[in-house]
Amino acid sequence: MADADADLVAERAALAEAERTIAPGSAARAARDVLAEVEPEPGVAKPDPILVVEGMRRSFGGLTAVDVDHLEVQRGAITALIGPNGAGKSTLFNLLTGFDRPDHGNWSFDGRPLVGLRTHQIARLGLVRSFQLTKALARLTVLDNMKLAGQDQAGERLLPALARPRWRAQEAAIEGRADALLERFQLSAMRSQLAGTLSGGQRKLLDMARALMTEPRLVCLDEPMAGVNPALTQSLLHHVTGLRDDGTTVLFVEHDIDVVMEISDWVVVLGEGRVIAEGPPHTVAKDPQVIEAYLGVADEENVG
Amino acid sequence: MTAPDDEPAEVALSAADVVAGYLPGVDIVNGCSVEVGVGELVGIIGPNGAGKSTLVKAIFGLVPVRRGRVELRGRDITNQAADQLVAAGVGYVPQNNNVFPSLTVAENLEMGLYLRTRALAERTAFVGELFPVLGARRTQRAGSLSGGERQMVAMGRALMMDPTVLLLDEPSAGLSPRFQSEVFSRVRSVNDAGVSILMVEQNARRCLQVCDRAYVLDQGRNAYTGPGRSLLDDPKVVELYLGTLAQA
Ligand SMILES: Nc1ncnc2c1ncn2[C@@H]1O[C@H](COP(=O)(O)OP(=O)(O)OP(=O)(O)O)[C@@H](O)[C@H]1O
Ligand SMILES: Nc1ncnc2c1ncn2[C@@H]1O[C@H](COP(=O)(O)OP(=O)(O)OP(=O)(O)O)[C@@H](O)[C@H]1O
Ligand SMILES: [Mg+2]
Ligand SMILES: [Mg+2]
Repeated sequence: MADADADLVAERAALAEAERTIAPGSAARAARDVLAEVEPEPGVAKPDPILVVEGMRRSFGGLTAVDVDHLEVQRGAITALIGPNGAGKSTLFNLLTGFDRPDHGNWSFDGRPLVGLRTHQIARLGLVRSFQLTKALARLTVLDNMKLAGQDQAGERLLPALARPRWRAQEAAIEGRADALLERFQLSAMRSQLAGTLSGGQRKLLDMARALMTEPRLVCLDEPMAGVNPALTQSLLHHVTGLRDDGTTVLFVEHDIDVVMEISDWVVVLGEGRVIAEGPPHTVAKDPQVIEAYLGVADEENVG
Repeated sequence: MTAPDDEPAEVALSAADVVAGYLPGVDIVNGCSVEVGVGELVGIIGPNGAGKSTLVKAIFGLVPVRRGRVELRGRDITNQAADQLVAAGVGYVPQNNNVFPSLTVAENLEMGLYLRTRALAERTAFVGELFPVLGARRTQRAGSLSGGERQMVAMGRALMMDPTVLLLDEPSAGLSPRFQSEVFSRVRSVNDAGVSILMVEQNARRCLQVCDRAYVLDQGRNAYTGPGRSLLDDPKVVELYLGTLAQA
């Protein structure tokens, strides 16, 4: 069997090396230190919440998909949202970002109530999400998908002072940001390809890159690493922690427990729509209720 | 499971030097070869965009094979239509769009039964045991299922037909850790019951742990091949394709 090209080996090795040299930032320690003071119990108040959810409920027929009494998300931290399949994680994201309406409940972002606001209004306040099943526009190119995601935000910040030369500069800035993100997500070669022709993992990557086009203040990522190959996942995790270190709050759903343990400052566990546990990653991972509901028996090494 | 010296005694499925692609003049799979022995569980891992799904689709007659040859138990099936392959006992679980969103869960499963309608009760029971949650969702439209629930329907549907050869494109994607373990051990037990399986996975470590043998695909070509365990121990494979996260 032929070996991989030498170039390819060298390129990947360089990437892996780059990953290793990035040390955890001080923002990581800051977020963890602050949260270390917080009691690990469902619904607990945080010192500086950017998002507060109060009595939020959503049912479909007889099934209560989301039933959150109280939840706070700490500003500047990476919070993981985990829980069994069907626990209501994606539904909660839909509700928070205006893609679905709760039966009742309130939530506020940076002190501003979001009830009744539409998706794009919420996005313009700086609360943005990516999708578990990707929503990129199949008939647009990868680059156009990125630019479209970036424009929403440009409109909000710059529309009042909109002059033509300035608009051009804005266009260039958007394209520059798009290209930088595409590079980071290893999609540069696919720049002019229609999004509908991307591989499964490439579509996930595009979706996450799109969410980051708007430089959100709180980004909600729904299983961003599902289907992304492990070597790239590892390098993207540094990108996520980098976002946090630059001041972005990250809330993400993830089933890969290694990823959760690696980057989260705080973990919230959802079970049948309710917050059943929350706390620092290592505390939550030891919670018998979480092991029972979510992790299953500890048979990591003995699948075969 | 594996014959002592690599070469399985009898070959269930083989693709030899396959070249395949979507657009004229652009080859995505560039001379790939994979082989699944009878009763073997074989994995395919590799970077995003390597051509794993394209290779599986080419085997299943969904993407034209431009060069090379695909065989099912020694019989040439190159470019044979998917429905003929299903009739010949080949099951396929695609990576994307793998449920009919407007049909109910029960209807989705029944679609998978194909020609063997008499086995409905038996197969439904089998799949129901594998994914108990689907029983409670029989009348829910598949399009409103959660991501993980969809994945279970897709996998359940392929198992409804009682295949002899199964092509799985990322069966564990979107499943909670608990279900992932379960899916991998069920894949293993379906395989132990005699089904030959070719499984693409991004959950690469787990895949290599359960598979008899595996291929690493990169840029449309074979990069590494070997028993799952030996690939797990190969520092180059770890560095380039597995990452070191889970080892910490
Ligand atoms: N429109 C709908 N109609 C009926 N049931 C729905 C609808 N949308 C969601 N559900 C159900 O609500 C529950 C919660 O779904 P949700 O997608 O939020 O789960 P999740 O926690 O994201 O799961 P996963 O990890 O599998 O993605 C699921 O059981 C799902 O089947
Ligand atoms: N319908 C299509 N038309 C044109 N190009 C396509 C099409 N589908 C896939 N491709 C391209 O073929 C390449 C291989 O895609 P494929 O889906 O086989 O990758 P993969 O190895 O399965 O990746 P992943 O792990 O992300 O699922 C990608 O670069 C993709 O952009
Ligand atoms: Mg979900
Ligand atoms: Mg694929």
